Amino acid sequence: MRASRPPASAPIPDPAPSDPVTREGPASDPAVSDAAASGPATTTAVLDGEDAAVTILPTRRDHPFDPPSELGLLRDEGPVTRLAFPDGARGWLLTRHEDVRAVLADGRFSADRIGASSPVRRPEFRAEDRPGVLVTMDPPEHTRLRRMLTPYFTTRRMQALAPRVERIATAHLDALRASGPPADLVPTYTLPIPSLVICELLGVPYADRARFHAWAAAALSLTTSDDEVRAARDALTTYMRELVAAKRREPDDALLGALVTGDNDLTDAELCGIGRLLLVAGHETTANQLALGALTLITRPDQLAVFRERRDAADRAVEELLRYLTIIQFGTTRVAREDVVLHGRRVRRGETVVLSLPAANRDPGHFDRPDELDVTRPPSQHVAFGHGIHQCLGQQLARVEMRIALTVLFDGLRELSLAVPADRIPMRHDMAIYGVHRLPVSWKE
Amino acid sequence: MRVTADRDRCLGAGQCVLHAPDVFDQSDEDGTVVLLTGTPSEAQGESVRTAVRMCPNAVLTLTDDPPS
Ligand code: HEM
Ligand code: HEM
Ligand code: SF4
Repeated sequence: MRASRPPASAPIPDPAPSDPVTREGPASDPAVSDAAASGPATTTAVLDGEDAAVTILPTRRDHPFDPPSELGLLRDEGPVTRLAFPDGARGWLLTRHEDVRAVLADGRFSADRIGASSPVRRPEFRAEDRPGVLVTMDPPEHTRLRRMLTPYFTTRRMQALAPRVERIATAHLDALRASGPPADLVPTYTLPIPSLVICELLGVPYADRARFHAWAAAALSLTTSDDEVRAARDALTTYMRELVAAKRREPDDALLGALVTGDNDLTDAELCGIGRLLLVAGHETTANQLALGALTLITRPDQLAVFRERRDAADRAVEELLRYLTIIQFGTTRVAREDVVLHGRRVRRGETVVLSLPAANRDPGHFDRPDELDVTRPPSQHVAFGHGIHQCLGQQLARVEMRIALTVLFDGLRELSLAVPADRIPMRHDMAIYGVHRLPVSWKE
Repeated sequence: MRVTADRDRCLGAGQCVLHAPDVFDQSDEDGTVVLLTGTPSEAQGESVRTAVRMCPNAVLTLTDDPPS
């Protein structure tokens, strides 16, 4: 029956039921240390983390479009890397495509961020931040919310938005042309398009964008102080709480209004969390993917030529840009709900595992010529949108936005080029979501 | 070929509809997969195989037709 399912891959389940005593305590099982001392790991000798060389998540890039090369070295060295987190905890890093997908689809790992460590310094995720934020929930809680939201984001529904997205993109392009070169594409094109689209979809007043753009930027920045991040989160929460109250008084047809009046048992706190999550995820991600994608194509005329010549190639080009650029640059995290053995290493209950999406998307074990941008690459099982039950809710919207916004941009502006040398483009090394801070361009009028 | 879906596992990512729109749809109620046909044609075979591969939660299963 299940014959041609995708192969059930990697993590080898712990053969022996874990001993509840050794589970929590410091690992000093002599058998385990002996095994470590006597040679390379095999699947029969399970090693604990205490024996492993510890590293921190590499974040320094040698090239703006490539993940840190150290990540690639770690992936070559072995499948499981012991990781030290900024909060002092120890956990694990996975870099291979097969393993990243396997853990993301494995119910023994939890997506709950409360109690999880982050590979980059972040203020703690608090219980009061959690209602409605399904990206940090497990089934059945997650299933309930995801099934409520999915009908608003189906493939056909998102594809039906194409004409509207095209009008929005064209209007922004016309404004760019009217004001003439040079221009920074971030505030004039790549940010406003997804921002306006998600505002219309949710029923958030676009006039408030300056405020929520600033809050999102502060919340996602790695260089703002903890207090600033908390202040930005709280401001966003207050804003959304007031918006939900307004929808209760005067519901409209957009998503939040429909959820408020819908036949469901959502609390106001949940509605507020859903609104925050969708608003932040709905514009920060696509905006950065779009700007970074445009920069990539501008600097790669060979690939741009293929993109422009072959109309039907746009969909493949979008997928390849997602894979190649993987803007969720530090990956995502999961916490083991029980002891799990991965490639001979015991991941203890409660330990955080970082799934490096950029490393997985450049894994030569899965992709042919992984470090090459090839906009004609056939559909490739990339993990830019994650995998498993949390795979991106907004992916079909992001695809439509990317395809249309890139097509309108490169069709509309002739001889689009950078207005500053490529190495002067400020890259978002300092943000949870990679991209560019500014994209100054010029074109032929 | 025959295709079946374990809807309890479906999270409505819509990858199947993206890759094989004439075989899969999504429900208006909860966004989970709806089979437009359980027996895709040979011509649909490649797109269905892609859809099965792309599904993030192993919802879809393909079996060959029993030999006649
Ligand atoms: C190119 C743009 C985008 C990228 C690269 C992206 C990436 C991702 C990734 C990697 C995840 C999984 C996180 C995890 O497993 O921990 C995710 C989940 C999610 N994304 Fe996106 N995303 C994009 C656009 C969007 C848009 C436009 C929306 C909103 C409309 C959105 C809403 C969400 C939501 C709500 C989740 C959580 C789903 C769940 O937990 O079930 N994303 N996204
Ligand atoms: C498209 C996918 C994603 C969506 C939808 C999303 C959205 C959000 C939202 C709305 C919050 C709550 C923030 C607030 O209340 O102001 C949040 C928190 C958080 N996100 Fe994401 N995020 C996504 C991907 C990721 C990924 C992949 C990581 C891992 C690097 C991450 C790390 C965090 C962390 C650590 C928090 C808690 C602390 C904080 O608010 O900064 N997110 N996310
Ligand atoms: S791709 Fe899989 S999870 Fe997504 S809608 Fe289709 S069957 Fe459901």
